[in-house]
Amino acid sequence: MATQVFKIPETFRKDFKYTFCPGCDHGVAIRLVAEVLEELGLRENAIVAASIGCSVTIYDFLNIDALEAPHGRAMAEATGIKRARPDKFVFTYQGDGDFASIGLAESLHAALRGEKISAICINNTTFGMTGGQLGPTTMVGQVTTTSPTGRNLEYYGYPIKIAEHIALCEGTAFSARVSLDSVANIRKAKQAIKKAFEVQIHGLGLGFVEILSSCPTNWKMTPAQAHERVRNEMCNIFKPGIYKDVTEGLK
Amino acid sequence: MSHIVIDENRCKACYLCIRECPKNLIRVSDKTNSLGNRTVEFCDEKKECLGCAMCATRCPDLAITEVYRG
Repeated sequence: MATQVFKIPETFRKDFKYTFCPGCDHGVAIRLVAEVLEELGLRENAIVAASIGCSVTIYDFLNIDALEAPHGRAMAEATGIKRARPDKFVFTYQGDGDFASIGLAESLHAALRGEKISAICINNTTFGMTGGQLGPTTMVGQVTTTSPTGRNLEYYGYPIKIAEHIALCEGTAFSARVSLDSVANIRKAKQAIKKAFEVQIHGLGLGFVEILSSCPTNWKMTPAQAHERVRNEMCNIFKPGIYKDVTEGLK
Repeated sequence: MSHIVIDENRCKACYLCIRECPKNLIRVSDKTNSLGNRTVEFCDEKKECLGCAMCATRCPDLAITEVYRG
């Protein structure tokens, strides 16, 4: 008899339909979040602080409590929720423009304070929802709508490496960077999200995962070409790996 | 018998699943769905499907809704 090895997580709303562009990795990331919430039994107890950008739509798809934050302030809002209701599981789901551009102060200070929340940041090197402008993580030389000749080092400087910066903060319990360019890496991404959620459950500090994702529409590529770019260009600059894990060596 | 279930109305025609299948059992169909996309179809005449779920893991739109192995 055939056993079911894959199904749509029950956390998804009935008859949901993703509104993302074809080939967008947000769909995979949200599914991984839903699967981890179910595996850890957090579905009924979770509150997500939604951000601004393509990532905002998470509450249209997942049947969990959600609160919308002003642009970039998801980590500040999550701090408030967690301090008011320490019994709840609180996480944010943000893009790189929200987390590391307008919200960098909120994000870094939440990590420095060691807030017992979890954060997921989707890094696609561009502002996706507004039309592919240059963002804080845009790679040097990358063409965007506001840098048509490529990101100029003298004018714009270097892209931010979020996972490393968050790992430097002493309040961080777990910081990792994963990629969604292949099935093997998607499975690794799920493990990292699980770890970031578990450190909150055990009250160790901030759990953070940066997810390298593709944006085929704004990169003007096919979905397959976009994953090639993640693999060959992004992974060389934003190296996947675990940058901080306070549970290492603990049992 | 290993097989997958495709919800054609979720398919956005990115065709990432076609590249993932180790047995090349997924192909572009002649049908157009409610979104106006040429959907994919599962074609396994020789019963080769492994039930590895790589297609479902890759699909960004959860159009491959169920995978059975065995």
